Amino acid sequence: MDFLKFNAQKCSLCGICVEKCPFGALTMEDDGIKVSENCRMCGICVRQCPEEAIKFEQRAKEFDKSQWKDFLIYVEQEQGDIHPVTYELIGEARKMAEKAGYKVNCVIVGGEGTRKNAQKLLPYGTDKVYVYEHPGFEGLKADCYTDAVADCIAATKPSSVLIGATAFGRSMAPRLATRFHTGLTADCTTLDIKPNTDMVQIRPAFGGNIMAQIGITKSRPQFATVRYRVMDRAKKVEHPAGKIIECPVSDAMAYSKIKILSSEVIQKQKSLEEEEIIVVAGRGARNENGVRLCQELADVLGGQLAFTRPMVEDGFGDTAHQIGLSGRTVRPKLIITCGVSGAIQFTSCMNGSEYIVAVNTDPDAQIFKTANYCLVDDLFQIVPKLTEMLKKRKEDDEDGVSL
Amino acid sequence: MKIIVCMKQVPAGTNVEIDPETGAMKRMSGETRTNPYDLFALETALLLKEKMGGTVTVLTMGPAQAEEMMRDAYTMGADEAVILSDRKFAGADVLATSYALKQGIEVIGGADLILCGRQTTDGDTAQVGPAIAEHMGIPHAAWVSEIVNVREDAICVKQDLASVTQVSELPFPCLITVDKDICVPRLPSYRLMRETEERPVRILSFKDMPDQDLSRYGLIGSPTAVERMFAPPETQKQVYLEGNADEKTEQLFSVLTEEKII
Repeated sequence: MDFLKFNAQKCSLCGICVEKCPFGALTMEDDGIKVSENCRMCGICVRQCPEEAIKFEQRAKEFDKSQWKDFLIYVEQEQGDIHPVTYELIGEARKMAEKAGYKVNCVIVGGEGTRKNAQKLLPYGTDKVYVYEHPGFEGLKADCYTDAVADCIAATKPSSVLIGATAFGRSMAPRLATRFHTGLTADCTTLDIKPNTDMVQIRPAFGGNIMAQIGITKSRPQFATVRYRVMDRAKKVEHPAGKIIECPVSDAMAYSKIKILSSEVIQKQKSLEEEEIIVVAGRGARNENGVRLCQELADVLGGQLAFTRPMVEDGFGDTAHQIGLSGRTVRPKLIITCGVSGAIQFTSCMNGSEYIVAVNTDPDAQIFKTANYCLVDDLFQIVPKLTEMLKKRKEDDEDGVSL
Repeated sequence: MKIIVCMKQVPAGTNVEIDPETGAMKRMSGETRTNPYDLFALETALLLKEKMGGTVTVLTMGPAQAEEMMRDAYTMGADEAVILSDRKFAGADVLATSYALKQGIEVIGGADLILCGRQTTDGDTAQVGPAIAEHMGIPHAAWVSEIVNVREDAICVKQDLASVTQVSELPFPCLITVDKDICVPRLPSYRLMRETEERPVRILSFKDMPDQDLSRYGLIGSPTAVERMFAPPETQKQVYLEGNADEKTEQLFSVLTEEKII
């Protein structure tokens, strides 16, 4: 491995790196420190070197891609359980793995309970689940998590690594891609694999009307992050044949410069992503009154009210209820957009919804390209009318009278 | 305390031109503005400077026209501004951009704290900040919604991680990316505008970079490549409901009822 670079001018040949390396990958030779194939990129020597003479300084060059095989899924844990985006990543990876003759492996990092959670992955057709459990991994710390996942990547050489585009996933993935000097594509909405094992990664790009197909053709692994509820969840397999691999974690690997002082669960009932029915207020809702009408419709439908980015920026809602690239991705059964123009940053994060209803006075609004039921009309008339009809039916139902 | 704020000029509108040969976006066309999230990073830096003393340097990579954004930063209170500008940096993806910024940070002598906005409004990846931290081998915290405390040797921040909020302490040097709403960016000061009229904006080009390996910068140094751009597919099943507002609502009500959705 030539991922590590020694600065000969800074190196004092003190030998601390040789001593601390948990894999015996470093040796002191006549002409300085040498790195062997055993190097797992754990980064311990980089941190331990008192002279700061060791750096990850790998360069892009012609790669032997055939050395890098299989898929590796990074498994995030949320409040003691597996984050559900994981099952979607496994589902997507399995489809591609079948085409390439690859396996789907997982890596899971965390504190107590991680080993137990790893078991939950096997029924979904994963091959090997690499477990890094250590008390030092309590709390979400991007630096030492990166070290653990890098250790797994260096040992298993995956062709592609898929990471959920959660807040933490999006914070760790760029560190990993940088460490391996390779590419990372954020927020992919479609993934596929070419016969030459390059992934086809499609993501909505800046600008409002464009999808970009991104390739990482000269380096490995290929990193991609995917939002929750974008891909289809993996189905369980009949005969799970995977196994758990316990990976040794030294105290040095789990050491982080970041100290977690406290961690608090944000209390909420149902997240927007889990909601079956969503009403969206866009700029066309204009004011408090428009937002109130949309809220009433959401209430009577038993769903939640969400917003577009401009509405959140104007203070009508919070980012937890914002649909779009800088907010949430949703796939409800029904979504009713009220006065939403339908920029791609918005539609790409809700176009997986089963039924899309659009109410907008502008017949040329982009949203009508995405909607199933198009109402070119004023939401200030449509929304209260629909609310009224739903309320009336509810009352009738309660009276035992069906429509 | 030495603070560096990474900023970016982004297109103001939503129209974008694509270079048909390289597939790279042409950023030169159209109006530009400062990435709105970066203003929160700059304001955070200025507040920290007011509390702890020290300097705030703003750093960007982009064409020379970025000077306009840097002048605006001066009118808010930044002490020094540096632009990495060279044709050789063009076409950079996250890896090459973050590497060039890291080199720039080295040239200006490093910092105790590096601040970035949570993401840009054009790329929307939120990756450059953490990538800079990795290049530098320093810890980072993303999605910071509050500065809880700051000392000579460390900063304590609250991170908003979707389902949990986490309070963490990071020793200097470190990097944080801040969310909007962490503070309210101040308005430009007329006094500062007058005072900084003559203050230069430092331009660094490839020849100023400590690493002279050209293969690490710009399009060549970028492992990701845009293979093609295309319009998103339109959904197929589509019904336009006709009539006046009441009639449309009634039709919608009955189709959704028939489909057992409501």
